Amino acid sequence: MEAVIGLEVHAELLTRSKIFCGCSAAFGAPPDTNVCPVCLGMPGVLPVLNRRVVEFAIRAGLATHCRIAPRSVFARKNYFYPDLPKGYQISMYELPLCTGGHLDVLVDGVARRIGLTRIHMEEDTGKSVHDADDGGSLVDFNRSGVPLLEIVSEPDLRTPAEAGVYLRTLRSILQYLEICDGNMEEGSFRCDANVSVRPRGETAFGVKVEVKNMNSFRAVEKALAFEIARQNEAVAAGERLRQETRLWDADREETRSMRAKEHADDYRYFPEPDLAPLVVDPAWVEEVRATMPELPGPRRERFERSYGLSSYDADVLTQRKDVADYFEAGVQAGAAPKEMANWTATEVLRLVREEKLDAALVIRDWPITAAQVASLARLVQAGTITRSTAKGLLPRLRGTGRDPAELVASEGLAQVSDRGALERAVAEALAANPAQVAEYRAGKEKVLGFLVGQVMRASGGKANPQLVQELLRAALAEEAP
Amino acid sequence: MIALHELTLREAAARVRRREISATELTRAALARITAVEPGLGAFLTVCEPEALAAAAATDRALAAGADPGPLAGVPIALKDNICTAGVRTTAGSRILERFVPAYDATVAARLRAAGAIFVGKCNCDEFAMGSSTENSALGVTRNPWDPERVPGGSSGGSAAAVAARECYAALGTDTGGSIRLPAGFCGVVGLKPTYGRVSRWGVIAYASSLDQVGPITRNVADAALVLAAIAGHDPRDATSAPRPLPPLDDLAAGVGGLRLGLPREYFVEGMQPAVDAAVRAAVRVLEGLGAAVEPVSLPHTEYAVATYYLIATAEASSNLARYDGVRYGLRAPAASLGEMYEATRAAGFGAEVKRRIMLGTYALSKGYYDAWYVKAQQVRTLIRHDFDAVFARCDALVTPVAPTTAFRRGERTADPLTMYLSDIFTISVNLAGLPALVLPCGVDGGGLPIGLQVIGRPFDEATVLRAAAAYEHATDWHAPRPPI
Amino acid sequence: MAITHEEVRRVAALARLRLAPEEIERLAADLSHILDAFTRLQTLDTTGIAPTAHAEDVVLPLRPDEVVNPPADEALLAGAPDRRERRFRVPRIIE
Repeated sequence: MEAVIGLEVHAELLTRSKIFCGCSAAFGAPPDTNVCPVCLGMPGVLPVLNRRVVEFAIRAGLATHCRIAPRSVFARKNYFYPDLPKGYQISMYELPLCTGGHLDVLVDGVARRIGLTRIHMEEDTGKSVHDADDGGSLVDFNRSGVPLLEIVSEPDLRTPAEAGVYLRTLRSILQYLEICDGNMEEGSFRCDANVSVRPRGETAFGVKVEVKNMNSFRAVEKALAFEIARQNEAVAAGERLRQETRLWDADREETRSMRAKEHADDYRYFPEPDLAPLVVDPAWVEEVRATMPELPGPRRERFERSYGLSSYDADVLTQRKDVADYFEAGVQAGAAPKEMANWTATEVLRLVREEKLDAALVIRDWPITAAQVASLARLVQAGTITRSTAKGLLPRLRGTGRDPAELVASEGLAQVSDRGALERAVAEALAANPAQVAEYRAGKEKVLGFLVGQVMRASGGKANPQLVQELLRAALAEEAP
Repeated sequence: MIALHELTLREAAARVRRREISATELTRAALARITAVEPGLGAFLTVCEPEALAAAAATDRALAAGADPGPLAGVPIALKDNICTAGVRTTAGSRILERFVPAYDATVAARLRAAGAIFVGKCNCDEFAMGSSTENSALGVTRNPWDPERVPGGSSGGSAAAVAARECYAALGTDTGGSIRLPAGFCGVVGLKPTYGRVSRWGVIAYASSLDQVGPITRNVADAALVLAAIAGHDPRDATSAPRPLPPLDDLAAGVGGLRLGLPREYFVEGMQPAVDAAVRAAVRVLEGLGAAVEPVSLPHTEYAVATYYLIATAEASSNLARYDGVRYGLRAPAASLGEMYEATRAAGFGAEVKRRIMLGTYALSKGYYDAWYVKAQQVRTLIRHDFDAVFARCDALVTPVAPTTAFRRGERTADPLTMYLSDIFTISVNLAGLPALVLPCGVDGGGLPIGLQVIGRPFDEATVLRAAAAYEHATDWHAPRPPI
Repeated sequence: MAITHEEVRRVAALARLRLAPEEIERLAADLSHILDAFTRLQTLDTTGIAPTAHAEDVVLPLRPDEVVNPPADEALLAGAPDRRERRFRVPRIIE
């Protein structure tokens, strides 16, 4: 059996104001403050489309190789729900803005092209919470009217892992475009899945089940794995699958059938009479195209090609645009690419994660600047300081903006490469560790590392390790009986 | 001396501006007239006495200080109660909004205020503007000022009755399928439905969004032009409002010499009240006499207009009225569960005709019926527009009756919805095509009930419509008789 | 065009209208009668005719992405049938 998976992503857009009114789209205001008659669905009010929402949708469409429709049509999706103030959601249906694109993803090093059916704009709903007092529900409309992109994939995904990679790639692209912060936990990047199974080789689709309520990438992968297994078991047992919507229960790690909604999904879509068709001039599309950043896929390939990075390093460095920019700024400042890649991928990203700086869409306040790291890397490359001195300097550079070269000079941290001084230290180390010396001479060459460590420690980490090793080997050979 | 309430709007405004009378005097006179006639008329759902007097006093202070308080300064005007007014309840004639007080003004209300108008009250209408007789109001009965046993027409029945009865100098109505023109015709006053997009719909409680339009009801053509000028023009809050300015309307007296007027044969039908047919034909002869060239034309898809209109309008309405759910404002029926809350609230809040139209519209949009009914109606709407395009290639305006009959008796058409729907047979095509049209009095029937003449124009050519109507009005006296009330 | 009681109930459920038995009866009759009259539309050949959704051919205007609304004041929320502080209260939503 094989699984057939299609994903439907809802991405909240980072505009200042809402899609159809001038209320703030910012997160975190007290309940029902960022609201007005329009996003509360009061009598007589009308929507006016936010230009930037269209621009963002065009960006997303171009980044995913979609056709941008010169004429697209908003439609009303009609259903009743307390968080939906007008009793309909303004969305797009028959004529969406973007169609027929694709996303190239790398699954375990293998390139896969996943088709995108469509991308369209729509409005978000309010949020309801349980009322602890008496079992009712409370609705807050701050999110009502926040712009969303709905991004629908073709049923081209076959495994939970592929789905995970697709989602991470898509999120990375939206973040590169600076149109969505991609925060799944806060709900600004949400995903529903359509899953079916069929015998391998079969071209017809099996019975499609919609899975909702997955709040992290892990949850998506787990939910899909569970659901595929459930369907396979059902088929194997000769059961008939039901077309239904199931909710992922993260605590029990299972999907549960949603109580069948009465008169489910007759949304009675029809063209929104309050909004004329959206006309997007080709010149506008070209204008947007001209501002498009280099996207993660091409950038990863360029990093491998131009900087000789491993595909793994290139991937780590290009997942976030700000990190990739940081890396390149260091290279620009004279760091060797591999050295800069090491520093960025290990030390810098560790600090970023520790301080949760990656919660921001774009990191602006780096703990240490790319120029500082580049300077450290250069000092190591030139043999001026040791790698361990460099690592030791990192915490002291944080937030100072100081040039490490200047710190090295003023504190005498430069690497000791004075042959005479080191020969003395080597002799002392050999004298202090006769047992290890004997072991070495007995053929246990690994002991050399220990002896190097002793010399390094004695030099306060400043000794040139290559030279120490060389001198140790020479001294041990010389004194052999 | 002529009673203050008998003045035309233009004259009243001029006297206030010349400070011959104060806004307060004019407003008090209107309020006194309202107090006197309302018990037998029922045009208003809300009379805004304290607000009106405060506004009039402010206008008088501004005038005394030498400020220009606007072209309608001090003139008492009424609004149909589906037009939102900040701080004054706005019901749309429905139980579900009986206690709804908007926090915002409709753009038309704000523009009238800015022009200096004094709001004396909110007028009765069919619930959510769905009706042709104002009998569908859940909140009151409005009678025809010419005959209390007859309907004032609808859905802007309160607005037309108030103007005819001299309770105010003008009133705003809304027109989705004839709701300004039919009551204007039935009450013997002037009603203008502007081109779709000419006047902002922001803050006007939607019935059918692609058809609704706000317009003035007045006692003469010049006053209609004055009010139109105050409310028309682009509104950035209404994406369907046209970004084109209203041309100056100061050549109303230019006459009809050289105008080519079409007489659509489909608007003179079998079963029409003979007095209506005769009055309209006589009016056409008057216009010919004034120099217009009249020719018969054909709008072949007219017979499909009622079906087309009632499918499109109800489909849009079914969606527009989904927001009345008892969550954020308006009526909420007590209920234990969420589903019950919706169903009980909407069952208690909506009247029979509103429910009927929501049902029809929901049906037309529902799975399996969308193409056969809704899309089909939209295609026929295109054919109806094309009919007008073809005719307007040759004619400057069209002349028709506003309805096959004069005002009918209360209760006469409530039993059969389809009969009621057919009252709109001559007005709805205009909405489907988005055209401007004006109705003015052109006679009375044997019972003394007014007959309305409809002049239909090209899109955004209200000027020609007003010019033709003004010429006819100038040449006749049908606007002069006043109702017995 | 006979609209059945079943059909009326289906549509009423979509529209969230509770109907009494006599209303169902009446609406079935009314809708049948109305749609009967409207079947005349089906006699028209509309092949290739573009549907009209808007009365005018306007280009959709776009507004700049600016926050112009101040935080909502009490007047906007005052008409709520049931509230807990600033939130709107409804009977429990069951997923």
